[in-house]
Amino acid sequence: MLEIGFFYTAATVALVATVMAMTRANAIHALIYLIVSLLAVAVIFFLIGAPFAAALEIVIYAGAIMVLFVFVIMMLNLGEKGDKQERQWLQPSIWAGPAVLSAVLLIELVMVISQTSGPVSVTAVSAKEVGLALFGPYVLAVEIASMLLLAGLVGSFHLGRRYLERDNLEKQGGQ
Amino acid sequence: MDGLNIPLNHILLVSSLLFAIGMLGLMIRRNIIFILMSLEVMLNAAALAFVAAGAHWGQPDGQVVFMLILTVAAAEVAVGLGLVLQVQKRFKTLDMDHANRMQG
Repeated sequence: MLEIGFFYTAATVALVATVMAMTRANAIHALIYLIVSLLAVAVIFFLIGAPFAAALEIVIYAGAIMVLFVFVIMMLNLGEKGDKQERQWLQPSIWAGPAVLSAVLLIELVMVISQTSGPVSVTAVSAKEVGLALFGPYVLAVEIASMLLLAGLVGSFHLGRRYLERDNLEKQGGQ
Repeated sequence: MDGLNIPLNHILLVSSLLFAIGMLGLMIRRNIIFILMSLEVMLNAAALAFVAAGAHWGQPDGQVVFMLILTVAAAEVAVGLGLVLQVQKRFKTLDMDHANRMQG
């Protein structure tokens, strides 16, 4: 079965990328591998018949959450050596690993799309069913999740605001 | 309803391996950014297990729980990265072994 082969390829990519992410010394390099790992997990979601979960995985995990990581790492890395570091990051030895792993995923995607009667037609659970369940029996969980997000918003605003204010105070004190 | 041609065991195996890698990373790394990344990996592995089980029995509950896990991960990482900024500001390092004392 071709579908099984797709699954094992994606699973291998996910495991290798996660191991590489956990063993990197540089946080940005680890982050690139982590994004590849999340993309591979999204492929697995797609193959097991959860296309909506796959889309959310890419948009929220690989998109939004990883961008938060990138922002914070870049905020911490401010300095005069940033330019040199930037040039170092462009060396092929650094992006070759993630590039190869994501190329495997890309080849897999092209093969899935090019065959019409393949895993694409399998939709075990459609997005409509998920939506009906989410706002039917699980509506209380949605409310709790919204309160959790509000708490996260207020908490991170509080922490970040104090960070910025102390920065300003120190600058004023130094002048 | 069987939309799943891949054996559930194998997906759960991948999920538990991912979880184990994340937990190992959590234990061996001392940089707080890597600790947060390991937490993301572990949450993701749990979400994979939920979605696989939901697909196996053809129920939407797996994906509903996946979305709740996504919410938890987003809230956790927002607060966690705020703490990263505070730790960097206060201790001038991201090594968590320097921040293991409580005040008092």
